Amino acid sequence: MSAQLVLLGSILCIASGGLAILPGKSFIRTTPVMIITGAIAGLAGCWIGLTSATTTLVLPWMIPGGEFRITVDALSAFFAAPAFLMAGAGGLYAERYWPADRRRAAWVRGFFGLLTGSLVIVMVAGHTILFLAAWEIVTISAFFLVGTEHEAPESRNAAWLYLAASHVAMLALFAMIAILHALTHTWAFDALPAGLASLPIGRVIFALAIFGFGIKAGLMPFHVWLPGAHAAAPTHVSAMMSGVVIKMGVYGLVRTLSLFDEIPYSFGTTLLVLGIVSSILGVAFALAQHDLKRLLAYHSIENIGIIVCGLGIGFLAEAHGSARVAALAFAGALLHVWNHGLFKALLFLSAGSAIHATHTREIDRMGGLTRRMPWTALAFLTGAIAICGLPPLNGFVSEWLIYVSAFTAVTAREADWSWLLVFAVPPALALTGALALACFVKAFGAVFLGAPRAAAAAAAHESPLGMRAAMMPLAAACFGIGLAPTLLGPMLERVTALIAPGLPGCDLAGSLQGVQTSAITVAVVAAVAFGFVTLLSRKRRTGPTWDCGYAAAVPRAQYTASSLARSITGVFAWAMPAVVHAPAKLPLFPREASFESHVPDTVLDRALLPALRFSERLISYARYAQSARVQFYILSLGVTLVVLLFWSAL
Amino acid sequence: MPPIADTVLIILLLTNFFILGTASMRAMIRVVALQGILLSLLPIFVESHATLRLVALVFATAALKGLVIPSLLFKAVRDVHINHEIEPYLGFIPSLFLCATGTAAALLFADQLPLAAAHKSSLFVPASLATLLAGFLVLTTRRKAISQVAGYLMLENGIYVFGLLLYQSMVVEVGVLLDLLVGIFVMGIVLNHIQREFSSLDTEHLSRLRE
Repeated sequence: MSAQLVLLGSILCIASGGLAILPGKSFIRTTPVMIITGAIAGLAGCWIGLTSATTTLVLPWMIPGGEFRITVDALSAFFAAPAFLMAGAGGLYAERYWPADRRRAAWVRGFFGLLTGSLVIVMVAGHTILFLAAWEIVTISAFFLVGTEHEAPESRNAAWLYLAASHVAMLALFAMIAILHALTHTWAFDALPAGLASLPIGRVIFALAIFGFGIKAGLMPFHVWLPGAHAAAPTHVSAMMSGVVIKMGVYGLVRTLSLFDEIPYSFGTTLLVLGIVSSILGVAFALAQHDLKRLLAYHSIENIGIIVCGLGIGFLAEAHGSARVAALAFAGALLHVWNHGLFKALLFLSAGSAIHATHTREIDRMGGLTRRMPWTALAFLTGAIAICGLPPLNGFVSEWLIYVSAFTAVTAREADWSWLLVFAVPPALALTGALALACFVKAFGAVFLGAPRAAAAAAAHESPLGMRAAMMPLAAACFGIGLAPTLLGPMLERVTALIAPGLPGCDLAGSLQGVQTSAITVAVVAAVAFGFVTLLSRKRRTGPTWDCGYAAAVPRAQYTASSLARSITGVFAWAMPAVVHAPAKLPLFPREASFESHVPDTVLDRALLPALRFSERLISYARYAQSARVQFYILSLGVTLVVLLFWSAL
Repeated sequence: MPPIADTVLIILLLTNFFILGTASMRAMIRVVALQGILLSLLPIFVESHATLRLVALVFATAALKGLVIPSLLFKAVRDVHINHEIEPYLGFIPSLFLCATGTAAALLFADQLPLAAAHKSSLFVPASLATLLAGFLVLTTRRKAISQVAGYLMLENGIYVFGLLLYQSMVVEVGVLLDLLVGIFVMGIVLNHIQREFSSLDTEHLSRLRE
């Protein structure tokens, strides 16, 4: 039943995109209805998949060697559920954010439907050919969505970069799946022969998986495509990509590693190192951004880092045989997959609402939006608290589980060098959380507090009901998971059992109960304190704020987002040197001057692009062979033929 | 294998030299046509009984290689108003020298091949290889598009001679012949367009299309 429902949901999502591109205005208006129906059907299927046995559905398919096999087990359903939720919310949001009469409405809706529908197929494909085909459709439709506003060169570049990076990832996956086929003699996702992980070929599979899935997930050295693509896409697409599409990479990684019967230590340590680097540097780069969507995009890298940290501890514990640590770490990582999908989508949608109202993505051209857009501000604040991992919201629960797993591992006093790496996790997570808090103080402060910095921000209005309504289920889910995580316990146990089939089951209820109690306590204390403060400030005095002695304070004299973050980004200057254009020396009587600074992506702008330019120069020497004479081409063909003939004769 | 077939093949080899040595476009086309007619006669010496199949093959080959294709080429030369001089990248003397070397190499090489005893004594295999090489030389060292066509025809002639060894399955050869005819048609059209675009048939101008 679950497989049928999930497939139905996917088909409805794709069909909603198909409806949008039909000629005639009446069809395009039905797309939200269709995609929401699909999302509800799919969510029902995921629910059944998470709570009951695995179901498989095999349909006839004409691809040679391929099989249209849909397998919904707990792991697939777990990853597919956020996709459906986000499809529904995104479809509803797009109805007002990108109305049917706006330019390229059919383009956006058509590809959005295709993206969501095929994304779900990636998660539930039981056959590698189907998996790769769906993966490619996701890539292509996301490419078109990123390039929606392709008049802007920035948008085009982001789209091309995304396509190139995705296809590099695809190549690695082709190689990986070919090796899997050679080892298992089946194209289905199947368990690998025993003892493989310690052989060199097992490590090759792991390396290809890390590279291919890491690019998709946006792990730190492979993240180059992510910030640009998230910034350029329409907001609900950014929410979908950041919340769900990059989780395809996590899903693929988990699915591939679940095929191994035993996991060597090196897998866990590699994941752990990548996770720690991604989380700390991701948030550091986020702090340095002044484009609201790029800032959120770098936070995706951070959160993927946290998820991979959890997975790293889990696989390390699996290698070590500590069932409890593994269960806690996997549960934390998996729950963070959901949580990040929820709060990041919420953040993107509310940020999109602010961008929609102010017509700019520059944080320094916003300001004072709380009074003008209270609902948007509240939604953004909810998401911000959740992403910083503060109680009583959902980010706290999953990060807590990862902390607890790390502490449990540390207190077990095992003597093993790779185990020592786990010691680095709690400080790294704490640093990440603190930096994230600083980043969102900056973002929320500059966007929603203070006075408007530009005329457009001053004239902003609250977004229409449809856009606000799309954020509601996401915010509700953030609160729900934060306050009642025990409800998810049995589900997480089922999924964890699939990832690490070798380990005995472990009861999560106790740990989740602890989180729940503390979250509820914090919520009650916060509510009481808030009520108390409101009661006290009943007698409100109105007057100007203290202006520090400046007679004529103007909105432009407020702290800018970059000046607020300056003290922290300076600490990370070794990893992300800023490009500053400032007047070299101010004359005695200063005239008009300008100051501009931005932080380029170190990997992309300082390593990858120079390397590519260098290789392009090398390759350009081959152009001397292009004489453009037919005669020369025929001669080279003939010589090649003769050489090959002699070579094969030898 | 009667000696008369070998005589025809030796004439074929001599025409190769003529094609590589001539400076006139018309002479070149005429000799290519002559090659076609010589080839069309060859099956008669291979097969002793006059079957319907044999007659059809001889006439079809003679008509296509000896008449239709050359007349198409003559028409092209007339239509596109080019000077009738062959402009080689490689001079005539070096071309002839290379052709001689190629022919000698073909004779030596064919001796080394593990052929059936019936074919070993005849000139079929070396003549075929030598014609292929000569065609290849024309293709790579001559400048004008029409001489390229002649080069392709010579290549095909070489293949045809080789195919005669397998006379019983000449069906494939007839298929190739038809393909060639269609190819020449297409080339004729392409030539016209090149002419219109660059007002010359010199393939040098095509290098402007680079990039």
